Amino acid sequence: MREIKANQIKDKVKALFLKANFYINPDLMQQLGKALEEENSPMGKHVLQMIIENNKIASREEVPICQDTGLAVVFVDVGQEVHLVDGDFKEAINQGVREAYKEGYLRKSVVDDPVFERKNTNTNTPAIIYTDIVPGDKIKFMVMPKGFGSENMSTIAMLKPADGEKGIVDFVVETVKKAGPNPCPPTIIGVGIGGTIDKAMVIAKKAIICKIGQSNKNSKYATLEKEILTKINNLGIGPAGLGGNITSLAVHIDYLPTHIAGIPVAVNVCCHAARHAEGIL
Amino acid sequence: MKEEIKITTPLYEEKVIQLKAGDLVKISGHIYGARDAAHRRIFELIKKGQKLPIELKGQIIFYAGPTPVKPGYPCGSVGPTTSYRMDPYTPALLKQGLKGMIGKGLRSKEVIESMKKNKAVYFAAVGGTAALIAQRVKKSEVIAYEDLGVEAIYRFYVEDFPVIVVIDSAGQNLYETEPPKYAK
Repeated sequence: MREIKANQIKDKVKALFLKANFYINPDLMQQLGKALEEENSPMGKHVLQMIIENNKIASREEVPICQDTGLAVVFVDVGQEVHLVDGDFKEAINQGVREAYKEGYLRKSVVDDPVFERKNTNTNTPAIIYTDIVPGDKIKFMVMPKGFGSENMSTIAMLKPADGEKGIVDFVVETVKKAGPNPCPPTIIGVGIGGTIDKAMVIAKKAIICKIGQSNKNSKYATLEKEILTKINNLGIGPAGLGGNITSLAVHIDYLPTHIAGIPVAVNVCCHAARHAEGIL
Repeated sequence: MKEEIKITTPLYEEKVIQLKAGDLVKISGHIYGARDAAHRRIFELIKKGQKLPIELKGQIIFYAGPTPVKPGYPCGSVGPTTSYRMDPYTPALLKQGLKGMIGKGLRSKEVIESMKKNKAVYFAAVGGTAALIAQRVKKSEVIAYEDLGVEAIYRFYVEDFPVIVVIDSAGQNLYETEPPKYAK
């Protein structure tokens, strides 16, 4: 057993949310530079230049990359040999979020009741927490401030087994087409295939934040990612939706075994910032 | 790429009709920040024929809710939010004389028709460039609906705020005309 204090969790979560909101991951910055080279549209290039400049300003000044500092999503892998002491696990995470959003001058975008009062909680909590128990004596955090411009464009479908590969490609491409300029293209598209309807979306979300452009280890799924990305970029939507050949920077698929009767397909759309940060305790 | 056009607020019909889809524009002067909740309140007041917290005539509304101001800065990070959520309320505001909107993303047919009728222009700011845009905001203040927090009405004083005319007052729409040129 290894003891980890609730306070350590709080501090780690806080530090990661500050980092994710101020600093774009280097692999994504590199991909944006590549997109700038490959984009044919003058307006598309202009937009990409502004995005790159914005990201440099944010990190230099330690100010938020985007005003929508998102709903606080936290994926936690808890080692089964960890013993948490001096506090409550979820409360420690939420306190980390509260402190990051207060001290980092991040926007609080959470309303308590989704339909009626819609009153801002003013703390950006509660966070959305996904916990997995894994072997080992460490805790791994992956935090993701998720903006809603892109979240609002996300979709899910329960396809028939007969729909197969083509059904999946068509559904993902149609989702991106319908979203058009709304989710801040060039986007990163997380696709979750299989499992249940709920699990498919969770793995789609987690797929967004894997290393940008890293292909699926299964070559069939890697080919599917490439095919979808090509078709998306052939839509012509372009940076900011103003026309161009770079509509998405990457398509990341994750998949799970599923039921004999179906293929759940979840598409979680993410803006060009794909903010996230990882840390281990 | 066209040359940049500089404009100052307030914005009147003579200027609006000269702005064409695809123009790169730099805005200076006062603009208002308002998003979902503020729009809903303004819309209710218009319906009831009551006085509005801001005069809309000749003004530009930026669909935005900034981050809190970091000490030493005039404004927090502030970029456009997605515009379609304001669509149900927008024609009523245009009828009151609103001349410009800054946001990102698609607009409804009703909004575009109302823009043509009332001679207004829709600008896009680049989504996700809030740190860059904030550098062009020299002053920011909450001027109404403080209780709405981030959704309050803000007044910003901006210098050379960079935008693109996406839908002009004749209804020309870059979101419709440009992607087909690059589609394969």
